[in-house]
Amino acid sequence: MKFLVFLEHHEAVLQKDSLGVLGKAASLGGEVEAVLLGAGVEGLAADAGRYGATRVHLMDDALLAAPLPQPRVDALETLVGEQDFDAVLFAASVLSADVAAGLAARLDAGLNWDLTDLAVEDGKLVGKRPELGDSVYADVGWTSEPRLALIRSGTFEPAESAGTVEVEKFESRLQDFSLAATMLEQAHEESQGPSIEDADVVVAGGRGLGSPENFALVEELAKALGGAVAATRAVVDAGWYPYAAQVGQTGKTVSPKLYIACGISGAIQHKVGMQGSSVIVAINKDPNAPIFEYADFGVVGDLHEIVPKLTELVRQRKAA
Amino acid sequence: MKIAVCVKVVPDGQLRLDPQTKRLDRSGEATLNTFDVNAVEEALKLKEAGSDVEEVVIVSFGPERGLEAMRKALAMGADRVVLVSDEAAAGSDLVATSRVLGAALERESADLVLFGQQAGDSDGAVLWAAVADRLQRPLISQVAELSREDGKVHGKRQTEYGYDVLEAPLPAVIAVSDAINEPRYPSLKGIMGAKKKPQETLSLGDLGVDAGDAGEAGSRTEVYALGDPPARGDTVKLEDDGSAAEKIVQFLLEKKAL
Repeated sequence: MKFLVFLEHHEAVLQKDSLGVLGKAASLGGEVEAVLLGAGVEGLAADAGRYGATRVHLMDDALLAAPLPQPRVDALETLVGEQDFDAVLFAASVLSADVAAGLAARLDAGLNWDLTDLAVEDGKLVGKRPELGDSVYADVGWTSEPRLALIRSGTFEPAESAGTVEVEKFESRLQDFSLAATMLEQAHEESQGPSIEDADVVVAGGRGLGSPENFALVEELAKALGGAVAATRAVVDAGWYPYAAQVGQTGKTVSPKLYIACGISGAIQHKVGMQGSSVIVAINKDPNAPIFEYADFGVVGDLHEIVPKLTELVRQRKAA
Repeated sequence: MKIAVCVKVVPDGQLRLDPQTKRLDRSGEATLNTFDVNAVEEALKLKEAGSDVEEVVIVSFGPERGLEAMRKALAMGADRVVLVSDEAAAGSDLVATSRVLGAALERESADLVLFGQQAGDSDGAVLWAAVADRLQRPLISQVAELSREDGKVHGKRQTEYGYDVLEAPLPAVIAVSDAINEPRYPSLKGIMGAKKKPQETLSLGDLGVDAGDAGEAGSRTEVYALGDPPARGDTVKLEDDGSAAEKIVQFLLEKKAL
């Protein structure tokens, strides 16, 4: 089987999840090639070689400088048209999801997303996809080539190997409509305040807090426990809390000894950022919230009553 | 200017998969996908802010009984709904759905096509990019702040690295995040008026889409089997009876997490 892995990069570093997918493809046997798209990114090809790619297809073009999906669909269409790949694999991200879905439409090729595993069974590629809040696991496949797959973030750990890589340049004519959207300001990671990634205890707040002022409840509990405060994408996007504290697919990935989720429904986007925590406690008023599927200890109730009480009990215990 | 909002009608309450078809069971009560309500709200806000927005049309693809759930968007203030419904279309995957929805949107030729952040039933969050490619229009996804000026839209959106600001000329496809607004509740007057607003149901034939290009025949993915999730440790879930805080402390002590 011949795989093509889409390499995502930010500020001259290959994204860890892309390298993890490379490693997974290599473990399945067959040929593992990668595609690198950007401006001034040729130096990253060697890194891909150290994580399982034997060949990197490179399109280095100023028009690919901004991490926008549509010109990448054009480039991939050209590459996939020139060379036969059985499967094109993407580590899920804001960018790669849009690239993969655009490519699916362009090629009329099947896309399976949110996969948490890949296997080759009887010469056939099979993906594992959790459904319904991860309560059911489906084995999924493709009826056309190339098979397109988006792998859930944080699924595969990169594995370093001593491989060498061949770089093959290619060109593609980018379509007008693909270049119509432009980037006015590009994100740079903020690094301020204490890091939630290093904390042993993380207390996180979501939309269920009701208002930004109520983050004080979460902060008090975190203080009592000697932990850090985290937030969900929804409340960060709403301006209730800074982005640096965000846990989830588009935020930080944390794995503390204790994670307390307050007013967090627990959508997949959040789960992938904290599922590695040793002990997960959830407080939410909605008994059907997905977070109860993976919390070790879940309380259905009003966090505005429970959290202050809990803070007080923790304080008493620490003082004793 | 015309705005089209793509919505999905999803099962209300507990979801289950039909073990026979391995598809989502859509036989029970249905509701408008929560995330799409944010897109409807944003369209209505744009209409209220700019005198050049003539119409907000709601477009969906799914079973015919979905019309009822779509009326919520009319009650909120949208002008019209178009539902593509055809027995041959059941079981459509991304490739097939984007083709059908793309055809319905071509017919509307809206200047702005809006999507919500994800489907609440399948957790799918990719359809807009496939549709934008079918329509050959610029795309901005995950938009948490949207503004318009001189035939262009600006979107501020969150990625793994912080916030980007993107610009696209109209016509364009925009997917909004659920943080973009707080959707309004339909007023009683809105609910009363919704039934009288135009509600159109189209078949694949009406759109010139071949039945073989939709449904399972037009799909490129399949489900082989459904199984149980990997086993996990014991979990506790209880309702607060006033003693939840004490019980949490007890649990943390047992786990040596305190």
